[in-house]
Amino acid sequence: MRVRRLAAWTALPLAVTLGLAACGSGGDGGSGGSGSSAVSIQIAEPKHLVPTNTTETSGAQVLTGLFSPLVDYDAQNKPYEVAAQSVTSSDNKVWTIKLKDGFTFHNGEKVTSEDYINAWNYGAYAPNGQDSNYFFEKIAGYTDLQGKAPKAKEMSGLKKVDDLTFTVTLSDPYIDFKTVLGYTAFYPMPDAAFSAPGVLKDSYEQAPIGQGPFKMKGTWQHDSKIDVERYDAYPGEKPKVKNIEFRIYQQLTAAYADVLADNLDVLPTIPSESLSTAPSDLGDRYKTSPMSSFQFLAFPTFDKDYSNPDVRKAISMAIDREEITKSVFKDSQQPARSFVSPVLPGYRENTAGKAGEFNPTEAKKLYQAAGGPSKIVISYNGDGGHKDWVDATVNQLKANLGVDAVGSAEPKFADLLTKVEKKQPVGMFRMAWVMDYPTMEDYLGPLYTTNGSSNYYGYSNPDFDRLVKEGSAAKTQDEAIAKYQQAEDILAKDMPVIPLRFGENVFGTSSKVKNVQMDLFQRVNLVKIEAAS
Amino acid sequence: MFRYILRRLLQMVLAFFGTTLIVYALTFAGQGDPIQALAGERPVTPAQRAYLTEKYHLDATGVGGFFYRYFDYVKNLLQGNLGESLTGRNIGDILQQAWPVTVQLALIALAVAIIFGVSAGVIAGIRRASIFDNSTLVLTLLVLGIPTIVLAPLAQYFLGVKWQLFPPTAGSDPTFYALLLPGIVLGSLSLATALRLTRASVAENLRADYVRTARSKGLVKRRIVVVHVLRNSLIPVVTFLGVELGNLMSGAIITEGVFNIPGVGFNLFRGIRTEDGPLVVGIVSVLVVVYLVSNLVVDVLYAVLDPRIRYE
Repeated sequence: MRVRRLAAWTALPLAVTLGLAACGSGGDGGSGGSGSSAVSIQIAEPKHLVPTNTTETSGAQVLTGLFSPLVDYDAQNKPYEVAAQSVTSSDNKVWTIKLKDGFTFHNGEKVTSEDYINAWNYGAYAPNGQDSNYFFEKIAGYTDLQGKAPKAKEMSGLKKVDDLTFTVTLSDPYIDFKTVLGYTAFYPMPDAAFSAPGVLKDSYEQAPIGQGPFKMKGTWQHDSKIDVERYDAYPGEKPKVKNIEFRIYQQLTAAYADVLADNLDVLPTIPSESLSTAPSDLGDRYKTSPMSSFQFLAFPTFDKDYSNPDVRKAISMAIDREEITKSVFKDSQQPARSFVSPVLPGYRENTAGKAGEFNPTEAKKLYQAAGGPSKIVISYNGDGGHKDWVDATVNQLKANLGVDAVGSAEPKFADLLTKVEKKQPVGMFRMAWVMDYPTMEDYLGPLYTTNGSSNYYGYSNPDFDRLVKEGSAAKTQDEAIAKYQQAEDILAKDMPVIPLRFGENVFGTSSKVKNVQMDLFQRVNLVKIEAAS
Repeated sequence: MFRYILRRLLQMVLAFFGTTLIVYALTFAGQGDPIQALAGERPVTPAQRAYLTEKYHLDATGVGGFFYRYFDYVKNLLQGNLGESLTGRNIGDILQQAWPVTVQLALIALAVAIIFGVSAGVIAGIRRASIFDNSTLVLTLLVLGIPTIVLAPLAQYFLGVKWQLFPPTAGSDPTFYALLLPGIVLGSLSLATALRLTRASVAENLRADYVRTARSKGLVKRRIVVVHVLRNSLIPVVTFLGVELGNLMSGAIITEGVFNIPGVGFNLFRGIRTEDGPLVVGIVSVLVVVYLVSNLVVDVLYAVLDPRIRYE
């Protein structure tokens, strides 16, 4: 009898296993991918799927399918109208936005100017805690919506003219406002998204209703996938595929294995540990295209070791960018010698001039003359795969400047930023930037103006601030670009940061898709992608 | 026996609150700036910061603030509410989704360990110094020497990508077949340990007095092994496997990551990486319960296996 009981105990886990397994196999076998017509694209778990709360790539990738922007960017990165009929202004201060007729939300609601106004007000209202809040700061009345108990719930700068027209008044003239409108934060939201005026329904995020080429199929399956299908009433360019599955991966390496096995159709980023083998692993399924990322080393300009621009220039001249992009990045990034990305209108090569050229003898002379510190530290976040290039850079500095140099890893980027904000000695530190919309201002403003949102290094030059401001307020694009370029020249003189590399999209596809295009924001063009026959 | 179990259950309540307090303290002591961690490499807007600070009582700092937040957490926990992660998702929902797939994975791993580990261990123990014994010893040494972080990608690459015997990743709604490879990888470590434990234990018991007695009584060898030796040899193995079940639940972090299975380990890893204190504490609290229960089951199993062990 006891033997039988023993048998029961050992049999129990087995029975449960088999029972559970039987339940499991009843599903549709979502992992297989074979037999389903959906094109699958790798994403990470999005943080949010509300237009005004989405600032990371994965969420933005899904929203580009669900929504149609007012403007998009052409091959020269100039804005052209998509959901808008026209975006016009005579003084760059009051902008009139006319919407195209015929756009409907996926629930059948007609898209009106109110849908834009409501969505933007929701995003700008501080207590809603939206990540994209600051994108609305140029609109008049924005400040009234800030703080713990804001004075107003709606921005005074937004006025409805008729169902398809509204005006946006800015607090200051801003020439690039039309370009800004292509950003995720400026999508409209339908009435169905709100349970009361200004209150978003909790359920909206689980199945966002947009006016774009694809609509949600079911709800957001957290950590698993987001399915979308073609929205047939979409008046714009029709997508070539009917279904898209955004498959959520926690680790890029897992997704890479799936692409290799033809189990996943698009992997927008090849994991860095596979970069050297990817071209041979994937063959013609390995692809690259331009992207807007910009990697640089920042100086704590408040630290007297680095306060002399000559020291900063000398360090820049001691770095052999070609060597590092080749040996560490396998040419998946390009050496950078300017402060704005080459994808932009107004980009000029080598704006850093002599300071950007690799010249070890000159660098050493300049460094000694300017009295640079005897020990250089480069801080970086240890979780981002930066160790290899930081080590390479440190070795170059050691060899070329004859100083002691070390790389110092912080656990996370947040820890690094916290230290920098407290002005603790971290030495030089790595930074990177990906643009939100293609204008020079999006690089110059946040990174280098005195109050710039990402100016962690305390750089401040009144002339520079003035030129960026004048550029934004310029009457014509050419005039604006001229001002921005003058501002960039100041950067070359002051060298608050050392430009290192411009990024590229390095992506992989399966053999089951063709015409995969990636944009400058690391997103797959969902309208152009096709299934290979 | 019933009174024993009841007493143990009451002890478990105490142990649960003790461990959660420690975990809570550790999580929040080691926390840098969770809001900045949440935002990644972007600056956090003042609006967003104010919103999150208020929502998670992050403005309550110091020892007083810690207990304020801990009691707030326990109060919610007693109402069955695990709270929200920093990304605003209900932790109960996250766990509800993550749990089944991790349980399946752990049970497959455990089944692999029991079926192959224990039976191979018995054979190796009976035929000591045979070719089978020696080769399993070398093999287990090899498996024990390779960490999961190496074994899992290797198995994925060769069996999943190169020879395409298994799907390379399992996904969220996996078939039994898709879970088999990660299950074997996860179970291989416990398999090796279980094998060695069984072998040593069987080999020792084969020399015991009662086995000699049984043999001299003229019992057939099979009966001696199955009824007398195996039964007594299983006690250390059961101890190991019981604790291992808890380990498999939480220790699947690497395996779940490599095979893209959104289970408990996967979520725990994300929580740690993004400094999502509420998520980490929520998952760990539940894991504590798993450990406590599996330990209780092990203790009760002793009595089943060896009637000399009595609990009053």
